[in-house]
Formats: sequence, structure tokens, C-alpha cells
Amino acid sequence: MNHIQWVELVIFIVLFVAVTVLGFVASRWKAGGSLDHLDEWGLGGRKFGSWITWFLLGGDLYTAYTFVAVPALVFSAGALGMYALPYTVVVYPIVLLPALRMWSVSRSRGYVTPADFVRGRFSSPTLALLIAITGIVATMPYIALQLVGLEAVLRTMGINGSGIVGHLPLLVAFLILALYTYQSGLRAPALIAFVKDILIYIVIIVAIIYLPSKLGGWGHIFDSAKETLAKPSPTTGKPAGSILLNSSNQLQYATLALGSALALFLYPHSLTSVLASRGRNVIKRNMVALPAYSFVLGLLALLGYVAISAGVKPLTNNATGKPDGNTIVPLLFDSQFANWFAGIAFAAIGIGALVPAAIMSIAAANLWTRNIYKEYLRKNATPQQEAKQAKLASLVVKLGAVLVIILIDPQFSIDLQLIGGVLILQTLPAVAIALYTRWFHKAGLIAGWIVGMGWGLIMLYGIPNPANGKLHFGGSALAMGNLSIFGWHPFAGTGLDAVQIYPGFVALVANIVVAAVVSVIARALKWNPGVDQTAPEDYHADEHDKDLRPIGAH
Amino acid sequence: MSTAKPGRRVRGFQFSAWNLLLIIPLLILVTPLFNFDEPRLIGMPFFYWFQLVFVFAGVLCTGIVYWATRKKPTSETRDELGVDDLDEGETR
Repeated sequence: MNHIQWVELVIFIVLFVAVTVLGFVASRWKAGGSLDHLDEWGLGGRKFGSWITWFLLGGDLYTAYTFVAVPALVFSAGALGMYALPYTVVVYPIVLLPALRMWSVSRSRGYVTPADFVRGRFSSPTLALLIAITGIVATMPYIALQLVGLEAVLRTMGINGSGIVGHLPLLVAFLILALYTYQSGLRAPALIAFVKDILIYIVIIVAIIYLPSKLGGWGHIFDSAKETLAKPSPTTGKPAGSILLNSSNQLQYATLALGSALALFLYPHSLTSVLASRGRNVIKRNMVALPAYSFVLGLLALLGYVAISAGVKPLTNNATGKPDGNTIVPLLFDSQFANWFAGIAFAAIGIGALVPAAIMSIAAANLWTRNIYKEYLRKNATPQQEAKQAKLASLVVKLGAVLVIILIDPQFSIDLQLIGGVLILQTLPAVAIALYTRWFHKAGLIAGWIVGMGWGLIMLYGIPNPANGKLHFGGSALAMGNLSIFGWHPFAGTGLDAVQIYPGFVALVANIVVAAVVSVIARALKWNPGVDQTAPEDYHADEHDKDLRPIGAH
Repeated sequence: MSTAKPGRRVRGFQFSAWNLLLIIPLLILVTPLFNFDEPRLIGMPFFYWFQLVFVFAGVLCTGIVYWATRKKPTSETRDELGVDDLDEGETR
């Protein structure tokens, strides 16, 4: 362990302990009848107002990993890393209307997960199982990634041990998180999110005003970044990036932003926060107010250039022996801020890892409990047994995430998260389009899912990354010349060879086409479409409706 | 709860023209519109400050839709060509 930054570490620990206390106290905050029901443990009683929802969703969607990885991408690739900004600008207008329908139908029917809705809409346990498994598989690496963010901070503070001992602080932090999530459910991250977001706002506003003035202004920062990015990389001989997009990555920028935006609210943890809100107006107000975080994220991304200008070099992770690009923002804070303020900044990132990790584990636990345990293992489980099962599942999920980080290269979880985005996008026809129409037949949706998943994975597998020598899963940019449909390359030699596109988007298009074709066939052959257990008026239910289903009903 | 009460509760697909405003923020996906270095604002290339400013355009559009549809979350007249008429939801 080399030179530990004591001032930073003490401030970090004090804030971490404060948040831990909050996490345990949260179980009594706005408590309903009992926590022995998924409505209470898993959705905080379905009664969060606008402010709580804003902090909760903000803490949920803008994770520690985002705050660390987006500037790291700008640091290494330039303009492409800014995709996070259009991504989080278009997501709210796109999601506003479907989210309202999802909230209403879930409130009317007592759905807790997206797979619950699919189960009710199509009466197909198989399709619901596929959606649930996709959700769990996509969420697990996301939880692991929060650890990557937390670890980047810990290592910058000097806790950069090697081997298993090097991971010990991480293990302790996550054990504490697991315990209070077990006890308090969704109320814990909801309460902690207030602290996390206020800290993040303070840190970023200070960083964005103070750092440029210290380093010679934005003009100088952009010019020096332009120069540095234009230098040929020693491994590939090509420039690492540029501060503007070029002809081959503009389509990639747009499709990555759009694909990520479509995927965001398909993640089970995003829906958990939406379903926990009190009513439709709460959701609408939040879709208006959440871009405040997008603006902050955009500013934060620019810190990647500030780091270039300040000459930051990524820290070598002593557990893996490789330089860790995710340490650039913590290192920038460490080198430019006074120790006490760097401590606050690190606490913001560290606590920022805990909030989404808690919500994600709750969402994954809900999926396991509702769509696998209750559907297949114990059909007549009582609400108490469901809540108990979900609490245990949340522990298992977190433990799994820690093991992934400790036993396997963290790079693995970054790859998995990249894959997870492509996978979760394939649930769009069954979850989002189904909110509007049952035109798609359940057989079509299953076929589309299989094709989208399969092709998405094949495309990702085939993408190399010359910069770090990886042959597979090297990134999310597919050159259209390499796009292959059973060996046929439709874009090869058309002048679009080098143009890059987001493979998740391509897979989604294939998914929808297959789903449509199979639906037409299923209809012609008069296959059983299944019973729709939802009623048309369910999609418009609101908080003050007189005949609304009671919350936490046993 | 599950029995339909036509005429009392809104059902099917409801459309408000205000919702069309939600298309405007998607313009940020058209990169050729703003992929330039000049003009710079406090040293920031156009590519960056345009997208940061566009966040507010997004807020404005969703904000107007919220204010305009807040009082009546759904339209009063029943939609003639609801999505539920287009699939087998009504005739199952």
C-alpha cells in the first residue's frame, strides 16, 4: 500500500459511515404496514413524490460508473465520448409516454417487474421468463461496474493493494450496502440518493468553474486536447481520436445515443424507480426535470479534456497490473483540488456507486422472485414469502457481483455491460411496443428475441480493438463493411465500408422484422394468441382513481 | 377493477397534438447539424456548447407537454381508431 491520502480517506470514511446510518434508519422512513410485501420492500410503498423520485431516478440512472467512465472515454477517444449527452437528452421525450402507460398498468394490476407486465399482457410464462433472464443478465455486470467506480476511487486514495487483500475494502463496503438494502429495501437508496446527488452537484459545479480557470481556460484545454488526440497511437499508428466527429463515426454516435436511450428504461432498475412513484404527474415532472443531470453529465464529460490538458496519466491497478483509464477523474481531482475537497469528491463518487447498486440488486431480486421463483418454483408463495425470497436474492446478487470483480478481470464486467446494453434492447418489442399494441404475436416476440440476441452477440464477438490488442468484444462500433447476414455483406464495397454503427441497433431492427414476419404467419395459422389480462382502461389509471388496487394487499 | 366501464374511464390509445413536441429533441441525433469547431463560446467548440444548450431545448419541449396535458391527462372524446381496435384485444 503506497502513500495513503489520509485527509481524503478520513473524509471519505466519515461520509460513508453517515450514509450507512441513513441506510439503516431508512426502513422506518414513511413506513407502511410492514416490509413483508414486495410493494413495500421492493417499491418503497409505491408512494414516492416528485422530489424523492427525482433524486432516486437521478441516483439510479447517472451512476458512479457513468461519472467515471464517460470522462475516461472522452479522455481516450475525444468527441465520441460525448454521446452520453444526446443519449440523455433524447431519452426523456422518448420515454415519457410509454413510462406513463407502464406505471398505470403496473399500478392497476400490481406488477413489480417488466416481466410481470409481459406475463399479464401475453399470458406467456415463457416470454416472461426470457424477459426476466435478460433483465437479470444485463443488470448483474452493471452492479459489478459500480464496484469498478468505487475501486477507482479507493485506489486513487492509496488503497491500491495487490491480490485479494487489495479488494478487501471493496468487500467491506459492499457487505455494509448488502445489509442495509436487505433491511430497508428501496427506501435505503432513496434516502441516500439525496446525499449522493447533492455531493455530486457541488463537486461538479466547483470542478467545472475552478479547473478551467486554473488550467488556462476552455480554449486552451480544447486546443491542447486536439493536439494530444491527433498524435498517432504507438499501438495502432492512427490518431486516438479527435475533438470533432469524423465521417465514419457520426452514424455510430447517433445510433449509440439512440440505442442507449431506448435501452435505458428497459433496464429493470429504471422501471423499479418509475413504478415506485406516486402517480403519473410525478413521472411527467421528472421527465422534465431529470435533464438537469444530463447537463451535469455533459459538463463532467469535458473533464476528460481537462485531464488531458492537466497531463493526467492513468493509474496502474496493482491487482491486474494494467493501467486503469477509469482512474483519470479521481486522479484529476487528487492532483488539482485541496485534499479535503478531493475527499468530498471521492465520497460523492463512492456513494454514487452504492445507490444504483442497491436499486439494481433490488430490481434483479424482484425479477427472480416474481418471474422465476413464484412462476416455476413455488407457485402459491404468499406475499411474505415473496418479500423474504427477494431480500435473500438481493444478497446473492450483490455477492455475485463482488465475486465477478475479485475473481475475474474487471475488464470482463466492462465487456459484459457493453453486451448487456445490446441484450436489454432486445426486450423492447415485448415490453415497450406491447404497451401500445398486441399486434405482435407471442411466438413472433420470442422468435425476434432469439434472433436479436443471437445476432447481437455474434456482432459484438466479431469486433476487435486494435488499441488494446483484444480480438473479441472490443467495443460497440461495428464497421458496416463487416456487417454480415449469413456471409452476405450488404454494405461491403458501397462506400459505406468504414462507416460505423451501434450493433445493438442493428440487432433490434432484425428483432422487430423477425417478430413481425412470425406474427403474420402465426396469425395466418391461427395460433393461440393468449389472453390479455390487462384492460384498456388500466393504461390510464392514476393516483386518485377511486377503484385503484390497494398497495401491499395480501 | 377489471370490468370495463365504457364512457366513464378513458381507454385505448389517447392522442394529444402537444405530444408532437416530443419529436423536436430528437434533432440532436442529426450530427451534421452541429459537428463544427467554430463558432466557439468561451473557448468551447460549437459541437460542445450546442449540445449543452440543446439540453434546455429538450427540457422546454417536455415541459410544455407536461403543462399542456397536466389538467386533462387524457382527451375526453373516445378515439375512433384506438390501437385496441387494430389488434385482437377487443375481440379475443
